[in-house]
Amino acid sequence: MTLEYPNWKKAIIFVVLAFGLLYSLPNLYRQDPAVQISASRGAVLDETIKDKVQGDLERAKIGFKAIELSEKRLLVRLLDGDTQLRASELLHGSLGENYTVALNLASTVPSWLTRFGAHPMTLGLDLQGGVHFLMEVDRKSVIEHADERLVDDIKTTLRDRNIRGTAARADNGVLVTLRSDEDRKRAASEIANLAPGVVIEDVAGSLDSFPLSVKVPDEARIAAMDQVIDQNLSTLRNRINALGVAEPVIQRQGAARIAVQLPGIQDTAAAKKILGATATLEYRLSDVENASRVMEAVQTGRVPAGARLYYTRDGQPVLLSRRVIAQGDEIVTATSIIDSDSGTPAVSIRLNNAGGSKMLQVTEENVGRPLAVVFIERIPETRMVDGKEVRSARIKEEVISIANIREPFGKSFLTTGLQKAEADELALLLRAGSLSAPIDIVEERIIGPSLGRDNIEAGVDAVFYSFLFVMAFFVIYYKMFGIVTNLAVLLNLLLVVAVMSLFGATLTLPGLAGIALTIGMSVDANVLINERIREELRAGTSPLASIAVGYEKASGTILDANVTALLGGIALFSFGSGPIRGFALSLCVGILTSMYTAVSVSRGIASLFYSGRKKLARLSI
Amino acid sequence: MNLFPYDSKFDFMRLRKVSLGIAIALLVIAIGSLTVRGLKFALDFTGGTVVELKFEKEVDIGDLRGKLEAAGFESAQVQTFGASNDIVVRLQPLAGQVNAEKTGDSVLAAARIEGNPAKLTRADFVGPQVGKELAEQGVIAVIFVAFGFLLYISIRFEWKFAIAAILATMHDVIICTGYFSVTGKEFDLNVLAGILSVMGYSINDTIVVFDRVRENFRGLHRLEAYEVLNRSVNQTLSRTIITSFVALLTVLALYFFGGSALRGMAESQIIGIIIGTLSSIFVACPLLLWFGTTRIDLLPRAKDDADLARRP
Repeated sequence: MTLEYPNWKKAIIFVVLAFGLLYSLPNLYRQDPAVQISASRGAVLDETIKDKVQGDLERAKIGFKAIELSEKRLLVRLLDGDTQLRASELLHGSLGENYTVALNLASTVPSWLTRFGAHPMTLGLDLQGGVHFLMEVDRKSVIEHADERLVDDIKTTLRDRNIRGTAARADNGVLVTLRSDEDRKRAASEIANLAPGVVIEDVAGSLDSFPLSVKVPDEARIAAMDQVIDQNLSTLRNRINALGVAEPVIQRQGAARIAVQLPGIQDTAAAKKILGATATLEYRLSDVENASRVMEAVQTGRVPAGARLYYTRDGQPVLLSRRVIAQGDEIVTATSIIDSDSGTPAVSIRLNNAGGSKMLQVTEENVGRPLAVVFIERIPETRMVDGKEVRSARIKEEVISIANIREPFGKSFLTTGLQKAEADELALLLRAGSLSAPIDIVEERIIGPSLGRDNIEAGVDAVFYSFLFVMAFFVIYYKMFGIVTNLAVLLNLLLVVAVMSLFGATLTLPGLAGIALTIGMSVDANVLINERIREELRAGTSPLASIAVGYEKASGTILDANVTALLGGIALFSFGSGPIRGFALSLCVGILTSMYTAVSVSRGIASLFYSGRKKLARLSI
Repeated sequence: MNLFPYDSKFDFMRLRKVSLGIAIALLVIAIGSLTVRGLKFALDFTGGTVVELKFEKEVDIGDLRGKLEAAGFESAQVQTFGASNDIVVRLQPLAGQVNAEKTGDSVLAAARIEGNPAKLTRADFVGPQVGKELAEQGVIAVIFVAFGFLLYISIRFEWKFAIAAILATMHDVIICTGYFSVTGKEFDLNVLAGILSVMGYSINDTIVVFDRVRENFRGLHRLEAYEVLNRSVNQTLSRTIITSFVALLTVLALYFFGGSALRGMAESQIIGIIIGTLSSIFVACPLLLWFGTTRIDLLPRAKDDADLARRP
């Protein structure tokens, strides 16, 4: 066995070192607090807006570092977190509804570095903080929705049981009006079966009207609201996962609120749009029988029975059937693609079984008739009334495509007529499920680290000093080989940071625990090697051979120990969630790099020191 | 320089009945406490109350955390919220405080700072940060980790080694978790991460010793398993002590200087490193002996078959 170390392996070490330095470097740059402005559809971002923003900020005496205009966004870099909030509020007011103003942390990494794809690691909520959104479920609309459904159910039941009567929404429930007292009794028992738990009471009526009040008790309302919030919670979780944000916190807060926290630098404008968005699709047949009465409907407002008036994107009125064939919640998956026939963006959609069979039935019966896709978007609005914020929402419904049904189709089909960005966004929303109740962002803030800045600084100091102490220990205990060990361990640390930065990983405290563990394992690998070399020396092997044998024998042990730990890491990564994943990722990365640095790099360094000396009498170990 | 023993000849295996007895006793205590007392889950798992305070001037967060702790709110999370005088506190309400407003008022009272008045802007309950799925996925993850260990060690070593290694590792993890149950210390996500890293440390330590056992079984033909195990532990003793010493040093630094938030994680790792080191010597190796591991177990299977075929 010799200590010779081939040149190509030495070259690899230098390449790896350069890689480690390059990709860990961005972590040294601190981020600027910033406000990011992006334009909604129709609005433009240009020099005029930039000048307006600059003017607004100067008038309000808010100091800023720079204003940068790029294709997608306008970025205002500010001096600190306080002015960031003020600037955001100011610009939110002055720019109006067509622009999304969001808080952001802007990278200060120079462009020559980003050109290599080098980015800093995102620090997690516990270490750095991030953006906090407080979202509120629209309680009124949840109740309205539930009552509407109850009205529909009651109507259907009355029809099925041949009871003549009407039902309409009333205060905290439904008012059912019947023709006779006998009908009223029958209706009451049917409704009691239909919706257990409701309070049914006779109301005084007239000679031919026998009203019945159906009231939903508060407890049932609260239970329904809880269910809605739980559903929204999991929908939001899906959406955030789909956005690719690592380590978010999504938790319920109070009776009707959900707090969402996203760590570090994110495109908060996009996050905001996705979180609060309630865009969905509906498929309806075009009402061809009444097509000639479109203009009449537009002018008089009288829409033929069974039809509804819609407008297309370019403002053309169109009458569609009242009946919805399929809608957002029946969609199983949605992907944004480019339609190979037309070359335009499209969303490929798959419905669930119920939706698919409805779609198949309708399209079979209506080949040749136009089918319309209605895009429904809920846009929250905030107005100031008497100095108080009043929140409301506008529902925008527009027809994005009408095309004749060429042949029957069922579960899977394409929806065209969208722009690329819209197709992406819609696919994401449909995939992540529709919110069971509209939800508005009522508050947006930048939050500090949840562990507290003081804690983190103390922790970093502690680790730094312990690291120094460990390195000193190695130099004293193993002398020359202690230096080799230290170099290998340091390179390992550098590599872990570089690889995790390259992955765009989010570093959290559990992640740091993972890194600490791998540093420990890297230390262990080096100790194993050094102890083996000492063992060989004690057994009387010559110094150079001892080094070679030491590395050789320890490598097998290191391999077994590390592969076992790696298996653990991989399993944790695939099955764990949130913080466990962060831990597992850093563990896996660290084990791979430590295997390389401990076995290969440290051997390279050792051979650099010793391979030239043929007659080595003693080893400094 | 040489501080740690070389050529030691401790008879570790002689202690196997005592050491396995202690290990089982510790396990029984840990499992008993986990079933009877359970764990004191932190805010991350249970949810609690969120209180927002607005101070007139900037606030020292560490100081504030100290005040809350003194008022009985253990491990409150204190964060800045937008500005440095806006503070958000997440905590578990004191016993008997059923509504969030009441908790808010007592937090406000506890957080009083001379010359820097504060007002309460919001008090709400918050749900848990991690859902139920974490627990389920965590259990699945641990089962798969164990399965992966079992498979790899069985292939590289032998199934008796695999079982012994996994039993030793599970022993460490359970005792470490049990420690948090017995002491009633708060169990949060960081402690969980600490315990998972214990699992990694423990298996690493056991494998290193086992690797030497395998080597010695193959090299020292005439020796009994008892003696092989003893020699292997003694030969790796200096490495075991140095590695544990260095690892312990880092975690101790974290424990003493890392501030309150890191203490839980550091504590789980301190316990884990100590137990993990001891268990590879006093649990894993005695288990091997107990399972009747011999040199034959580690010989390539094909050779065995060939030997069998040659018999008349």
